[in-house]
Amino acid sequence: MKEGRKEVPRLRMATATEQWVLVEMVQAVYEAPAYHLILEGILILWIIRLLFSKTYKLQERSDLTLKEKEELIEEWQPEPLVPPVSKDHPALNYNIISGPPSHNIVVNGKKCINFASFNFLGLLDNPRVKAAALASLKKYGVGTCGPRGFYGTFDVHLDLEDRLAQFMKTEEAIIYSYGFATIASAIPAYSKRGDIVFVDRAACFAIQKGLQASRSDIKIFNHNDMADLERLLKEQEIEDQKNPRKARVTRRFIVVEGLYMNTGTICPLPELVKLKYKYKARIFLEESLSFGVLGKHGRGLTEHYGINIDDIDLISANMENSLASIGGFCCGRSFVIDHQRLSGQGYCFSASLPPLLAAAAIEGLNIMEENPGIFAELKEKCRQIHKALQGISGLKVVGESLSPAFHLQLEESTGSREKDVNLLQKIVNLCMSRGIALTQARYLDKEEKWLPPPSIRVVVTVEQTEEELEKAASTIKAVAQEVLL
Amino acid sequence: MANPGGGAVCNGILHDHQKQSNGSQRQSGNCTKNGIVKEAQQNGKPHCYDKLIVESFEEAPLHVMVFTYLGYGIGTLFGYLRDFLRNSGIEKCSAAVERPEQKDFVPLYQDFENFYTRNLYMRIRDNWNRPICSAPGPLFDVMERVSDDYNWTFRYTGRIIKDVINIGSYNFLGLAVKYDESMRTVKDVLEAYGSGVASTRHEMGTLDKHKELEDLVAKFLNVEAAMVFGMGFATNSMNIPALVGKGCLILSDELNHTSLVLGARLSGATIRVFKHNNIQSLEKLLRDAVIYGQPRTRRAWKKILILVEGIYSMEGSILHLPQILALKKKYKAYLYIDEAHSIGAVGPTGRGVTEFFGIDPGDIDVLMGTFTKSFGASGGYIAGRKDVVDYLRAHSHSAVYATSMSPPIAEHIIRGMKLIMGLDGTTQGQQRIQQLAKNTRYFRQKLNEMGFIVYGNEHSPVIPVLLYMPSKVAAFARHMLERKIGVVVVGFPATPLAEARTRICLSAAHTREMLDKVLEALDEMGDLLHLKYSRHRKSARPELYDETSFELDD
Repeated sequence: MKEGRKEVPRLRMATATEQWVLVEMVQAVYEAPAYHLILEGILILWIIRLLFSKTYKLQERSDLTLKEKEELIEEWQPEPLVPPVSKDHPALNYNIISGPPSHNIVVNGKKCINFASFNFLGLLDNPRVKAAALASLKKYGVGTCGPRGFYGTFDVHLDLEDRLAQFMKTEEAIIYSYGFATIASAIPAYSKRGDIVFVDRAACFAIQKGLQASRSDIKIFNHNDMADLERLLKEQEIEDQKNPRKARVTRRFIVVEGLYMNTGTICPLPELVKLKYKYKARIFLEESLSFGVLGKHGRGLTEHYGINIDDIDLISANMENSLASIGGFCCGRSFVIDHQRLSGQGYCFSASLPPLLAAAAIEGLNIMEENPGIFAELKEKCRQIHKALQGISGLKVVGESLSPAFHLQLEESTGSREKDVNLLQKIVNLCMSRGIALTQARYLDKEEKWLPPPSIRVVVTVEQTEEELEKAASTIKAVAQEVLL
Repeated sequence: MANPGGGAVCNGILHDHQKQSNGSQRQSGNCTKNGIVKEAQQNGKPHCYDKLIVESFEEAPLHVMVFTYLGYGIGTLFGYLRDFLRNSGIEKCSAAVERPEQKDFVPLYQDFENFYTRNLYMRIRDNWNRPICSAPGPLFDVMERVSDDYNWTFRYTGRIIKDVINIGSYNFLGLAVKYDESMRTVKDVLEAYGSGVASTRHEMGTLDKHKELEDLVAKFLNVEAAMVFGMGFATNSMNIPALVGKGCLILSDELNHTSLVLGARLSGATIRVFKHNNIQSLEKLLRDAVIYGQPRTRRAWKKILILVEGIYSMEGSILHLPQILALKKKYKAYLYIDEAHSIGAVGPTGRGVTEFFGIDPGDIDVLMGTFTKSFGASGGYIAGRKDVVDYLRAHSHSAVYATSMSPPIAEHIIRGMKLIMGLDGTTQGQQRIQQLAKNTRYFRQKLNEMGFIVYGNEHSPVIPVLLYMPSKVAAFARHMLERKIGVVVVGFPATPLAEARTRICLSAAHTREMLDKVLEALDEMGDLLHLKYSRHRKSARPELYDETSFELDD
């Protein structure tokens, strides 16, 4: 009871205080100035309004009426699917080759010596290669009717992969059914969004497309400029130190070509390998022009420089040049290559290489292994024509003297690409009429990241005799004089 | 949309197509399920056609889905356990490892990325990449291989499993066979030309054979012009970028092939994806695109390209061409059809989906196809109006940078195409097309009767049969090989996770005996592995699905 009594006054006190507060509030209302009350009243109304109205009116702003929509649909005129192509575009007036595109070639009915096809070792016309392809045709027919995963793997493919790995002295090789798709699929198999690729400015179109598909960060260094590459690598190193967490998952690749398709120059691989270990970036080497050309046994750039092939993470090359078949391959350590069997898009999702083409490539490898002399012979022929073509007034030779594909550019540009192209085409046409088949190096002007200047590409093969090389050089010289002087 | 005609019967024999196609342009009014975009129905013309599309995508019973996910769950758990054992050195790791000199490099691929490969795919990978050593005809020889280390490596025993029935290769018309006298011209061309070209189309690689083939393709497809390329995959990935670019919109079916996706990505155009074969979904995207223009800038799109396939290789569904064509016309979009799996495979004379629906191929802006499947060769083509093809001649990435098609392969295609067109003076080609249609009808009907869940269009020779559970995938493929039948099984990532399936691909070269043998084995498998999931009434005429079974109608 005592406690109860004590409670009561405390309660009373509490009510008293509350009452006092209420009274005070009412008093405050009475005492407040009128403008204050009005202001607060407006604020309260504003709050209520805000509570009940919608936040913003997207609908009202963009809701077109049905009629307006129909009008918009009616009005919209798309651009034509394709812009018109001028009638005299070279692609519409192409040369037609009748018969095999081998050493002796018939271009638009005119017999010529071929200085345009990348048939370096003359295997295109080789009877042994043809016989091997024919034997394969007899056993397997033509197509494979499926990708590698779905019964598109033939014993010939496995053989070819083994042979390529053996030839290149690597653990494993993987073949693609299209040369272009090889490097273009290999790069995005490893390099993903967020990774960094250092690439030479003059890299060929297939590399450019591979890089685009990878959606990685691309850093371009000046052509064959190792100092510039090191500068970029250093920059990246500083960047990495700022964010080591990110750096730990950012893969770094250097993508280069052995012999550059666009310039005919050779990649300074030894320096590159040094940079690789210094900055921990992997090297992808595209050897379409150097495979079957450089090195004592035609193994390409690594053999040429005497570099351990395991120092290069991935080598890719097509089988369309030296081997004169179709398709391409990548080789390297199993740890690297095997990943492509599930990640290389051009490998997984495309029909496999027709067995007869694989058989042709195997026979090509046999010939390369049996006659290592042809590589020295090819080199000698390159040197010969290279020398013979020096000193033509108006034309300069661009490219290494050991490269079987090199360029003839105008010494001085006329100022417009179109005019240059036309001048060079005149030279090509005149040479053609005198029995030397040449071609300009063709590019998609708007698509190339770094468009090389217009040029005539001269291709040397072992089938060309000394006299033919001499004749070609003198013809080009004479024609250039006629056209350019 | 899947069955606008309601309860009508499906098309029976071949000549019914012609009748159907005559009437196919007629509009039908009872287009009741044309939901989502109602405005279009009120104002625009209703875009339904009498042409029947009998397509089925039956849903699996719930318990099957539960067990499927459970299967993946258990597989994943064991995967983590095994990874733990490997990392702690208890279990030997058989995977290739980085060389010691490069241990401190950033890993070439994330370990996690490979979790699925290492722990799930590795267990059953003997069912893929099975090497064969004969032509991929109706019967082929499989090289026997065994693994001593749970599929990490394979060893060839040297034995050959002879005469396995091939229901995996895309050999629709049976043109992939070993050499016989009819292929003499191929041999001649090989002997005359060699196998390579060693140059590009723009430089020194346009041969008379290419010209001959291109003219024939244009004639075959009844279009103005055509261009051929050395690889089917690259035909898509290297030509789409030439057609569209920045400021253009690509509307792409969600199940489009990788090559189309890659081409779209490389083009730099904006890509929007519509539901598989779903007209409403496509129309909504088209309307929004035309009305609202590009995001943020609101500038109108330069052009809109619809990317679709004729037959979808993992679903067996056929493109709803008439409806899509109507949309294309209404919204002035351009249409690109990849006929990789449909050219030669459907249509009364094998001209693909345009002929199947009786549509003028001239109405399609870009007709693309490959020579890998029906023609048993390799490569691809793009055909259409002359201005389009001319533009591609000049601007296709493939024409400028890639080696042109191998001459003997071109000759093989020429030969096959002449056969189909009847230019060889026989009716053999036509017979093959009819045989394929007959085989398809027979096989699909039997499968339905047995109670399998079979996807796709009843006319599609690509027949996916659903297996669902990953363990059943392996069991099925292994048992079938024991019975000397080579099947293709596909699972994630080529299909949705829970919809692993076997994809049967019929050929005109399959005889009735072969099909019966396969059906018998399938029946046996169905009972052994409990694969007969279908809850539909087993009827001799499999067309009467109720509408709820169409996933497309959502």
